[in-house]
Amino acid sequence: MSTSTHKRPQRSAPIDGIEPSEVRTAPQHLVWVAVGVGLAIALIAGFALNLSLGLVLGYLAYLLTAYLSFRATAGSRVGLDQLMRGLIYGAFALALLPLISLLWTVVSNGAMRAFSSAFLNQTMNGVTGLNDQNYFDGNADFIGGAYHAIIGTLEITAIATIISVPIGMFTAIYLVEYAQGTRLSKAIRFFVDVMTGIPSIVAGLFAFALFGSIFGVGTKNGIAGAVALAVLMIPTVVRNSEEMLRIVPNELREAALALGVPKWRVIYKVVLPTAASGLASGITLAIARVIGETAPLLVAVGGFYALNTNPFSGPIQTLAVYAYEMFTKPLNPGFRDPSLERAWAAALILVLIVVALNLTARLIAKLFAPKKSGR
Amino acid sequence: MSKQIDVHDLNIFYGNFHAVQDVSMTIEARSVTAFIGPSGCGKSTFLRTLNRMHEVIPGGRVKGQVLVDGKDLYARSVDPVDVRRQVGMVFQRPNPFPTMSIKENVLAGVKLNSKRISAAAGDELAEKSLRGANLWGEVKDRLDKPGSGLSGGQQQRLCIARAIAVQPEVILMDEPCSALDPISTLAVEDLIDELKQDYTVVIVTHNMQQAARVSDRTGFFNLEATGKPGQLVEMGDTQRIFNNPAEKATEDYISGRFG
Ligand SMILES: Nc1ncnc2c1ncn2[C@@H]1O[C@H](COP(=O)(O)OP(=O)(O)O)[C@@H](O)[C@H]1O
Ligand SMILES: [Mg+2]
Repeated sequence: MSTSTHKRPQRSAPIDGIEPSEVRTAPQHLVWVAVGVGLAIALIAGFALNLSLGLVLGYLAYLLTAYLSFRATAGSRVGLDQLMRGLIYGAFALALLPLISLLWTVVSNGAMRAFSSAFLNQTMNGVTGLNDQNYFDGNADFIGGAYHAIIGTLEITAIATIISVPIGMFTAIYLVEYAQGTRLSKAIRFFVDVMTGIPSIVAGLFAFALFGSIFGVGTKNGIAGAVALAVLMIPTVVRNSEEMLRIVPNELREAALALGVPKWRVIYKVVLPTAASGLASGITLAIARVIGETAPLLVAVGGFYALNTNPFSGPIQTLAVYAYEMFTKPLNPGFRDPSLERAWAAALILVLIVVALNLTARLIAKLFAPKKSGR
Repeated sequence: MSKQIDVHDLNIFYGNFHAVQDVSMTIEARSVTAFIGPSGCGKSTFLRTLNRMHEVIPGGRVKGQVLVDGKDLYARSVDPVDVRRQVGMVFQRPNPFPTMSIKENVLAGVKLNSKRISAAAGDELAEKSLRGANLWGEVKDRLDKPGSGLSGGQQQRLCIARAIAVQPEVILMDEPCSALDPISTLAVEDLIDELKQDYTVVIVTHNMQQAARVSDRTGFFNLEATGKPGQLVEMGDTQRIFNNPAEKATEDYISGRFG
């Protein structure tokens, strides 16, 4: 088979109906034209009709201008590309809008109270509607904060984490490393999925009923709340951890097994460290998911005006419940504002804790990530 | 430090799928034995039964006997973990541990088992193993860098160093060069030639020249049809198998007249 004598087909032999496409440059400045048209329409319609309608019309005008002008100058593929680009940016903005609006509302309503020392360092012990009235009338300083609620939230969430992380992780390890494809694993996975969908109030009622039947009806304490949160947290931990363990390459397990390492050590020394970053951030996200729960804590722990650090006896205040109570049952119904301020401030602190947890998750993911190749 | 392996009537299954049928053979100590044959005929499967890695796969089971110096690997009382310490394995794709440095990778067999080893002894073992894998000169200045930063061929030799650091009697290699460039392949082949001084080496390869170059004995696996179990067609001195095969199928495969 000598290739030298082999005749190559003519490179640009014409084929009926197929024409080589020419290279056309898309005039990028048209984007700015489209933006201008969009803005103009938005402004006009915004003033003539109303702001949101103006924004919608302006956006549609932008899409249309970009699509038509690029289509006319650079061809239909480029026109479609611009249209899709516009749609995707639009969807992105739409998705971001509620988030930004929510953050803005919480920050603007809560910021001035949340960082005051009275709010961060005081409990509601001994604070009455009279204090609020005096503060409102300008006769006294603001008193009454969420110190007890912050401590309570951290404490109950920590206990919930201590309960659910081992259970969740061991379940995930069992599912991935020991019971791959067995019937039991399918059943467990099914029930974990069902548990993921449990309404949080049901978890609260479950814990309340459980503790009621063991320690007497009406028992409310921190542990009951932690159990309720654990019920919500375990399925998330199982699912996240399972995902993370599953993406550890099987080659690494086999490499370690082939060195004569017992299976449990392979899991402990190879699989878990390799998946550590994902596991840690998954757990952190699971914590973030339950830390703001209100209903189950209201049912299983109840609210309390003072600091109670003993999880085994009596109600403990938590931030979400605190915000809820301040909002629905202001200390002084005649002067609601101080209580509303407290509710917003508590909401802000909660949001900040969640943001901090998410950042921690990212940091952990970075710190634990396997060493990157320096090739 | 090397042992003879005798296989008697070995049948290998994945669940209900019969992958390899009735294999009997003798693998001699201090020699290189190569397995050749078309894809899917069960070479890897068979190789993995020699250190009980086959049963790691869910549903994987084995009937028959594998005797290493007369002791049955599959006897009730034998712990697969001990078998794997005696019979090391190198895989097709280099698989250094990504969370470990080069040195930690070499010492993985010791470290993962939490055996106490002094720093000096660890250094010595790492150097000895890396020298044994012809890699010492290339990595001695960056032992603390991640193993995944090496080239493919270096990674494969790192994996060989890791396997010999456990001081096995037998080393199994499953297409160790198929992911490597020709120069790295040459380095690994040279290494295989040296390894047979001390170890019993079994290698699976797709490359017949490689089998001819490195092995003393060759076994040809084949399967009659897809879905049928693979079988050992014939086995003998490499010279004989390549120059004067007894079976028609072997001759067809070796001369490239296949399928
Ligand atoms: N993990 C597995 N599960 C089920 N069947 C498998 C598995 N691995 C390999 N097999 C089957 O076993 C047969 C032999 O495969 P293998 O040993 O990998 O062949 P070779 O290494 O000779 O190419 C093939 O039919 C393959 O489909
Ligand atoms: Mg194979």
